[in-house]
Amino acid sequence: MYPKDLKYTEKHEWVRVEGNEATVGITYFAQDQLGAIVGVGLPDEGIDVEKGSELADLDSMKTADQIFAPISGRIVRVNTALDAQPELLNDDPYGDGWVVVIEMSDVSELDDLMSAEEYEAHVAKEAGE
Amino acid sequence: MSMPLIFEKSRPGRKAYSLPELDVPKKETSDSLPEWARRKQDPSLPEISEVDLIRHFTELSRRNFGVDQGFYPLGSCTMKYNPKINEDVAALPGFNNIHPYQPEELVQGALELMYEFGRDLCEISGMHEASLQPAAGAHGELTGLMIIKAYHESRGEGEKRTKVIVPDSAHGTNPASAAFCGYRVVEVKSDERGGVDLDSLREVISDDVAALMLTNPNTLGLFDENAVEIAEIVHNAGGLLYYDGANMNAIVGIVRPGDMGFDVLHYNVHKTFSAPHGGGGPGCGAIAVKEFLAPFLPVPVVEKQGDRYVLNYNRPQSIGMVKGFYGNFNVMVKGFAYIRSLGAEGLRKVAETAVLNANYVMTKLKEYYNLPYDRFCKHEFVIDSSRQVKHGVHTGDIAKALLDLAFHAPTIYFPLIVREAMMIEPTETESKETLDAFIEAMIKIAELAETSPETLQTAPHHTVVGRLDDVTAARKPIPRWTPPEE
Repeated sequence: MYPKDLKYTEKHEWVRVEGNEATVGITYFAQDQLGAIVGVGLPDEGIDVEKGSELADLDSMKTADQIFAPISGRIVRVNTALDAQPELLNDDPYGDGWVVVIEMSDVSELDDLMSAEEYEAHVAKEAGE
Repeated sequence: MSMPLIFEKSRPGRKAYSLPELDVPKKETSDSLPEWARRKQDPSLPEISEVDLIRHFTELSRRNFGVDQGFYPLGSCTMKYNPKINEDVAALPGFNNIHPYQPEELVQGALELMYEFGRDLCEISGMHEASLQPAAGAHGELTGLMIIKAYHESRGEGEKRTKVIVPDSAHGTNPASAAFCGYRVVEVKSDERGGVDLDSLREVISDDVAALMLTNPNTLGLFDENAVEIAEIVHNAGGLLYYDGANMNAIVGIVRPGDMGFDVLHYNVHKTFSAPHGGGGPGCGAIAVKEFLAPFLPVPVVEKQGDRYVLNYNRPQSIGMVKGFYGNFNVMVKGFAYIRSLGAEGLRKVAETAVLNANYVMTKLKEYYNLPYDRFCKHEFVIDSSRQVKHGVHTGDIAKALLDLAFHAPTIYFPLIVREAMMIEPTETESKETLDAFIEAMIKIAELAETSPETLQTAPHHTVVGRLDDVTAARKPIPRWTPPEE
């Protein structure tokens, strides 16, 4: 449920690093908690985001939530397929359900993110509450 | 048991009206409307006979559920019984057959009612002057925030004050209204008792704060005892205090927002003062303000000059009109009828009974459902289904199962700060027998969650239609009927 090659945030985003680019999505736990996702408000390509700032809005059958930028940089690609098929976030959170690709401005920020093991422990704690 | 849409019942040439013969010279629309304003083809409206029309809508109404039929504990919405005397009063010809373009001399009674109603709303909230224009609660919020903005601008602080603080237990419309008014929304967390966390509040307070919006009691149904201290913290930084009055039913006649330090509030007249709103309106989101904000109220303001009532448009600092004409007058009449038929004593009893009923149901249910904030509640409370989730039964399933037992479901998955939330507001008008029947239904569902979870996961079983595919409806909506291909 939590691939080893990804990095994770406390707010349930995942990051896949390839060179200077970081692909961002939401974790299995996040989509499971949200339930069926029915709408996504995506950011524009080309804008700069800061770590921790709002990246996208999510509407699910249960609730509304936000995705926060796990890392600072410029948004170079946006998964616009989610506009018509928000269910990709539920069905394939680590694959076709990716949200944006960020060109990182400070790779040292990656050090603050969690490993799969650390994230799993974080989720277990949150689910137990 | 689907039934055809009225469009599917349409047959060319049928009609449900008969007009008298024309007794004036016939005029074509082309005589009075320019080409660009005329439609190219007739609208495809259903054509149906009177009896079929009546049967269609009667059948639909039989499938409806309203507070006149049964218990409707929809938290945050105050679905109290609407006394029928309100309808009698609103149907009086002097209220019902007037037109907003009539001159003031011919509508003195209506203006008097608006004036007196505004005075009552000020008395109940501890405020100075009211506006009845806003058409619903969120509209009242926006109007109140526009007044706050105009006030800061009048002092040369419009540019500086850019933030509105909203607790995470506020009504969902609060951040939306603030954002719509051009403010940046800053959220503050709740403490472990469900109130505003004062340390978190102090952290975000600075001289760029325009206002704090508080719903008190909040969406957990909990009264924030620190309201006065919260008001002081915000006032000391030059910000104003906005009171979301959606939950006034819990405090009416007991404590006044004006006395707590709030500067502006809105009412939901259709909730607290019993105008029907199950179909989404019409509503009345009247606002009331302290004296220093009165110059900014929307125009016109109903004023009393000697023994006459006038509509005063001459308020140079006004934010302007926020609705066509004067607001939803019919809702004002019902709210006024409610206030005056109960009187001050009666209103106080409304709040006391609403709070007692909610605490009764909460106390009975907390043995069976998790109660995340276990303390006395006000007019509503929030439980969650975390115990039932262990058996695979979620809040949505419980809500559907209640329909089978002839109850309207409570508000679900809100507030967002409680996972799997159910927000239950019994209101003051329900008898102990009705409350007990609801409690029994909830206990039965809690037992079924353990013994037969699949029954709940597939509920409802006895309604006109069964479990609807609401996910597909949200993802791939079909918002309008289209004729079948010929």
